[in-house]
Amino acid sequence: MSAPNEEPQTEAAQPPMPQAGRPVPGGQQPVAARPDPPVDTVARAAETPDVKLPYAELGMNDDEFGRLHSILGRRPTSAELAIYSVMWSEHCSYKSSRVHLKKFAEKAPQSTALLVGMGENAGVVDVGNGWAVTFKIESHNHPSYVEPYQGAATGVGGIVRDILTMGARPVAVMDSLRFGAPDAPDTRRVLDGVVRGVGGYGNCLGLPNIGGEVVFDPCYGANPLVNALCVGVLKPEDIKRAIAPGPGNKVILFGATTGPDGIGGASVLASATFDEASHQKRPSVQVGDPFMEKLLTECCLEIFAEDLVVGIQDLGAAGVSCATTELAAAGTGGMDIDLDLVPLRDETLRPEEILMSESQERMMAVVEPAKVARFLELCARWDVPATVLGEVTDTGRLRMTWRGQTIVDLPPVTAADEGPVYERPYEPPADLGRLQADAADGLPRPSTPDELRNTVMWLAGSPNLADKSFVTSQYDKYVQGNTVLAMPDDAGVIRIGDGPQGIALATDGNGRYTRLDPYAGAQLALSEAYRNVATTGARPIAVTNCLNFGSPEDPGVMWQFAQAVEGLADACQALGVPVTGGNVSFYNQTGDVPINPTPVIGVLGVHDDVARRVQMSFNVEGMAILLLGETRPEFGGSEWANVVFRHLGGLPPRPDLTAEAALASVLVAAAREGILDAAHDVSDGGLSQTLLESCLRGGLGCTVSLPGDPFVELFSESVARAVVAVHPDYAARVAALCEAASVPVRHIGTVGGDAFAVEGQFSIPLVELREVHQGALPSLFA
Amino acid sequence: MTARVGVITFPGSLDDRDAARAVRLAGAEPVSLWHADTDLGSVDAVVLPGGFSYGDYLRAGAIARFAPLMDKLADAARDGLPVLGICNGFQVLCESHLLPGALTRNANLHFVCRAQRLRIENAETEWTRTYEEGQEIVVPIKNIDGCYIADEATLEELESSGRVVARYVDVNPNGSLNDIAGISNEAGNVVGLMPHPEHAVEALTGPSSEGLGFFTSILAGMAAV
Repeated sequence: MSAPNEEPQTEAAQPPMPQAGRPVPGGQQPVAARPDPPVDTVARAAETPDVKLPYAELGMNDDEFGRLHSILGRRPTSAELAIYSVMWSEHCSYKSSRVHLKKFAEKAPQSTALLVGMGENAGVVDVGNGWAVTFKIESHNHPSYVEPYQGAATGVGGIVRDILTMGARPVAVMDSLRFGAPDAPDTRRVLDGVVRGVGGYGNCLGLPNIGGEVVFDPCYGANPLVNALCVGVLKPEDIKRAIAPGPGNKVILFGATTGPDGIGGASVLASATFDEASHQKRPSVQVGDPFMEKLLTECCLEIFAEDLVVGIQDLGAAGVSCATTELAAAGTGGMDIDLDLVPLRDETLRPEEILMSESQERMMAVVEPAKVARFLELCARWDVPATVLGEVTDTGRLRMTWRGQTIVDLPPVTAADEGPVYERPYEPPADLGRLQADAADGLPRPSTPDELRNTVMWLAGSPNLADKSFVTSQYDKYVQGNTVLAMPDDAGVIRIGDGPQGIALATDGNGRYTRLDPYAGAQLALSEAYRNVATTGARPIAVTNCLNFGSPEDPGVMWQFAQAVEGLADACQALGVPVTGGNVSFYNQTGDVPINPTPVIGVLGVHDDVARRVQMSFNVEGMAILLLGETRPEFGGSEWANVVFRHLGGLPPRPDLTAEAALASVLVAAAREGILDAAHDVSDGGLSQTLLESCLRGGLGCTVSLPGDPFVELFSESVARAVVAVHPDYAARVAALCEAASVPVRHIGTVGGDAFAVEGQFSIPLVELREVHQGALPSLFA
Repeated sequence: MTARVGVITFPGSLDDRDAARAVRLAGAEPVSLWHADTDLGSVDAVVLPGGFSYGDYLRAGAIARFAPLMDKLADAARDGLPVLGICNGFQVLCESHLLPGALTRNANLHFVCRAQRLRIENAETEWTRTYEEGQEIVVPIKNIDGCYIADEATLEELESSGRVVARYVDVNPNGSLNDIAGISNEAGNVVGLMPHPEHAVEALTGPSSEGLGFFTSILAGMAAV
């Protein structure tokens, strides 16, 4: 894909094309009696310039249609219109975001690890010892509201195929989920379906789910966010590309048959805001079959191992339209396809529908003629249907026939790479000044020991900070046998090969921070994911991102987007971690109200020896607890303000990328020396939450002394901080590492006992904490 | 010469490579078997791994039992070949009538993945002889159709003849009758187990390495012969 930031699997659905002449449900005429409508051939298009085409209904505006007309030198056929309407949709062309996304390339830090950057199905980085890793995060937001189970399931399926397409064996998934208010009537439906869908698909595919997020906020009520990440492992020399080189090479469609699901998805559901009619679109959400995807995965890996393809592309948004145009555009430039050969599960499909179908579990490969027989043999072994549809040409044209007549004849690069680009107007949202002026500083703070204790308990049992086992226990984290760490640890850690090397992955995002200051909010999301990876002892090396925003046609939203991209690009440059790919999801809004802008950032780190990974749990009595980093009174957008007052105002914590890099260097160095018994980052909910999570996870209490303002010490969300537990003999060594890196460090207490105690303030038995922390989500959703 | 332990891959098997790893860590030689094979390849034992064979369509294990290799396996099992069915493999063994009873949807209707404590109730089967009777181990469990059921008479027979191989301790994760986690056939060579010992063979990646005993038991059995 040529877009600077990669495409999600489909987000959409739409009414059938009027000219396709499908029978109206409940209509008068029996299907059998219906005469086939005339085929809109290229010749007919040239002869009938005045035929009206429903381009507006397909999401194309007058200017875009005019441009298409001038590219072709005639009106498009209905099949060509189908192709361009999806390829030029916001979802596939990034027409509103492209001018901003180029900042990631302009500001990209030097990286020797980057093997494949933005623009392919997923980025690839070298992780050493002859191994490479490919990873990407992608949204499937809109379908997951309409049909939560299938929306989430096919979101997992789509990102897994992106990773597979790079030539890698998928080795883990993560999911970053955002739902409406936990007590809102519809949240239970959406959460239950999404979690079952993520689990139902990923579990059946044999991919361990190693982390992610579950966040609640009223702004996501009718716009849940389902962002799925997949990571795969391969040898650098085995990277595959989405290209169709070599005239005469065969184009093979393999995987599931093509049906009427998700037709037009890309251009409508993802590119139009929801209204009351959205439920009527339900049948158009795609339906996943993880069993077929598992067969397709194993089949592809055997095909790759025998080096049978010269190019490969998965079919996601825009299906055959997207795969053919992109493969051709990136290859020799031409392709001939016979659409009659596409295996259908509904024989009544018209060519426009075949082109737009988003049926899942399909791939398209380009294979040298001499290797076709073996390719088909391996597909048969795995019971994967495979069909030669056509071949690569040097004509520079994508030509398609249907029932013997030419219905598509276009230059593929114009559909794949030369879509419209918009510089949409932007300006800060009108209410931003008022919001930022409404600081959290004026909120009444707890001060007595009882008030502090109650606040600790209140936050520990609040939905965003509560234990997420209710969700994560529905996911298989053990399969493949290489999971070294998984949620609730700070990052998921996967062993590569037989070890000792491995990778760590974390995703983070904070819509409240980003609402208050999108530039800082994006940087804070990156900071937290970067910190989480380093907390396990891994060296952060690369970034993926999923940018979830409202309508780009709203100048306020566009400003949030531009600011967030700028902030993220600057932060990636400062931290030396390049963006390798990702996805933009616009139109996450209900009526005029957009979601809080929510960039979700994934960071990949490398472990030279996974046996040195550091866990978050307090495991051993008597360990010294050190707090690394500086705590400032920062409460704008904090969980404390959110939970206790439902307050959102002021400014978020100040990003400090220099401090973040320094902290990470200490954590990585100490992990390598093997002196950390535990490490846990300080973020949402502050130090209180960090300590109680480490206590509950390990089953041991702690006693700490906080000489400053205990409220600020416990609940501030200042960045660049972590707690570590070390044998007292090693405390001086950690302090020395901190001093060398200019990281403030304080010895605040000791691991032990069966309570979370703050000297002079309170002591809360772990059994009491566990009850509120672990009981919250089951009481809402079980 | 070490034991050759076959691991059958069905379409949709997921834990086949994990089972092979466990076999290797136990000191035996894993042998990949394909569902469409018609020959067990002179293996000394067979593992039916976890996963969703044939997508678990129709009913978990219901289609896999008709795989060409299953006929051969059933004959060999009746002749005494040690067979361990893990999770989906257990479901296949029940569908094949090599073991009695059935596995149905978990009582809470959710997929459940957790580190589970088990008690080894019978340490004399081909797959448990390196454990002590009554020994407690922690291994992962992960399934949505793990609720073991059988009629009263079958349960009574399993209990009275010591054919309950392992039982859930502390928490019954899926509603299985009598907290049953695993059972054996009368001869003790065929064992079905809902939890996953192959995911508890290394401390780094599992909740323990206490699952390894199922795989070393085969070697111990061979040494004893």
